[in-house]
Amino acid sequence: MANELPFEKPLIELRAKIEEIRKFGIEKEIDIAEEINRLEQRYADLEVEIYSNLSASQKMQIARHPMRPTTLDYIQHIFEDFIELHGDRSYGDDLAIVGGIAKLNGIPVTIVGHQKGKDTKDNIARNFGMPHPEGFRKGLRIMNQANKFKRPIITFIDTPGAYPGGAAEERGQAEAIAKNLLEMAGFRVPIICIVIGEGGSGGALALGVGNRVLMLENAIYSVSSPEAAASILYKDASKSLLAAESMKITANYIQDFGVADDIIPEPKGGAHQNVKEQAENIKDTILRHLEQLNGLDEFEIKEDRYKKFRGIGSFTTLENVF
Amino acid sequence: MFKDLFNKKRKYATIPSENSKRDNIPEGLMNKCSKCGTIQFNKELEKNLKVCSGCGYHFRLNAKERFQITLDEGRLFEFDSEMISEDPLEFPGYKEKIKKHQEKTGSKDAVITGEGTIGGFPVVVAGMSFEFFGGSMGSVVGEKVTRAIETAMNKNYPLIIFSTSGGARMEESILSLMQMAKTSAALKKFSDQGGLYISIITDPTFGGVPASFAMLGDYIIAEPGAAFGFTGRRVIEQTIRQNLPETFQTAEFNLKHGQLDKVVSRDQMRSTLIKLLDLHLTKEESDYGE
Repeated sequence: MANELPFEKPLIELRAKIEEIRKFGIEKEIDIAEEINRLEQRYADLEVEIYSNLSASQKMQIARHPMRPTTLDYIQHIFEDFIELHGDRSYGDDLAIVGGIAKLNGIPVTIVGHQKGKDTKDNIARNFGMPHPEGFRKGLRIMNQANKFKRPIITFIDTPGAYPGGAAEERGQAEAIAKNLLEMAGFRVPIICIVIGEGGSGGALALGVGNRVLMLENAIYSVSSPEAAASILYKDASKSLLAAESMKITANYIQDFGVADDIIPEPKGGAHQNVKEQAENIKDTILRHLEQLNGLDEFEIKEDRYKKFRGIGSFTTLENVF
Repeated sequence: MFKDLFNKKRKYATIPSENSKRDNIPEGLMNKCSKCGTIQFNKELEKNLKVCSGCGYHFRLNAKERFQITLDEGRLFEFDSEMISEDPLEFPGYKEKIKKHQEKTGSKDAVITGEGTIGGFPVVVAGMSFEFFGGSMGSVVGEKVTRAIETAMNKNYPLIIFSTSGGARMEESILSLMQMAKTSAALKKFSDQGGLYISIITDPTFGGVPASFAMLGDYIIAEPGAAFGFTGRRVIEQTIRQNLPETFQTAEFNLKHGQLDKVVSRDQMRSTLIKLLDLHLTKEESDYGE
């Protein structure tokens, strides 16, 4: 297994031991089937133990795994006839966000998502999935088109956050994000948002105002990246693991807070272990939720989305306390 | 006058000037400007709307001070004054921090909302205070701003928000983030209904607030020198080691880059608002007659 994570080490070691014994048995022509079975059972148990008790920071490592499938991977597996669309018509084509039109089981849909790179070169071109304003504006342009032609919108969320840079600020990073939130709230078509990896800050939310917000099992979603939060909270970016735990960024918590509507299971060890299986899970879940929204008219679609976000928050009034 | 239609009988609470005195300025008779070093009497500074007589530096105001110099007779009918934050994430130390800020400032959270009149025009207003938890937006700020937008929508009043914020409140993580969507969605409804929203950006305004309601005004005005943007200068310099110009993210810089309608000094703010309100209500009035 390439690119294993630190907490997967016991599994890697056990796998190596099993292979070693198997090889030894073949070389010496000894029947070790029983021993191998015993070890395989132990491996399976260990796998369950490790993967079903992942901490927030371990999930964060899976969510950021270099082999983690990206928006374009899922597009390839879930949709047919994808046509990628480029540019915001005003400044440039930000490769940190991709979008286009395709068919989902024969239905025309619009897709927009953050795009991380597959290797160093690709990551530089895609700015590690951190959009500039023109990226958000490209996304909005493509979503506006969906609203015009009455196509459902599917967004894939996977970004550490909006890019923190001078040029991004000059071109209105804050305004670009704000405008996406405003416009997405008003679309008359169903919007399904899926957090596939990292949902970091306003840069994630700028594609996240949907009728449904779904999260992959190991995906994370938070107000800022755990590193940025640690530098604000503890004045120390290296305390990101502590911030990751305290900020309750995992899918179960996000569902408890009423933000995520559904959690999409991942293959053992994470989405990168079986992209095809993962894509099928996602596709089934999207279809199920689109089906649920099918009976609503344009006004009801908007209201459904408004109600979802209107109800999020935790506060009390002093009258209630006393 | 059409605007007289709005003048319903209301119980107004006058904000006592004693409350808001010297909140941002060290105790004592005199004050030294942090920008130019000019030493001036506090009384003079107050009279000058907390603008330095030497260099024009706009000292930070809290929400109460802001309403006092903006609303007619400083009178505000406050909404949701008793709303307080819960600790939804059971975040270590959060409750204590909230309590500390409540005691320090005498406010319940970083925003005060309500209604009043400006030059006789009824308005719904929200004012943020940087002194409370760095003006950070959590559930309370998001909810109070959203309710203010909804009230403006129901009463068909113009909405004016004075923003200042260090960003989202980390201690409420995802719930803080979602307040951006909540306020923006409410503004979309308000805007579709034809509601007028004037956003005033004051020093400093960063993160989730400008990335939602502060940058969604029909008119966006900033005070001179007010720094605002998404990511603050220090973070940009630290993360990508970029050299940024001296004026980076100031109101004047943002005006030059097309992010603002206007930079308006504090002594002109009230009259500017009255002009804007008048321009809009006049139009409304003629529609009304049809």
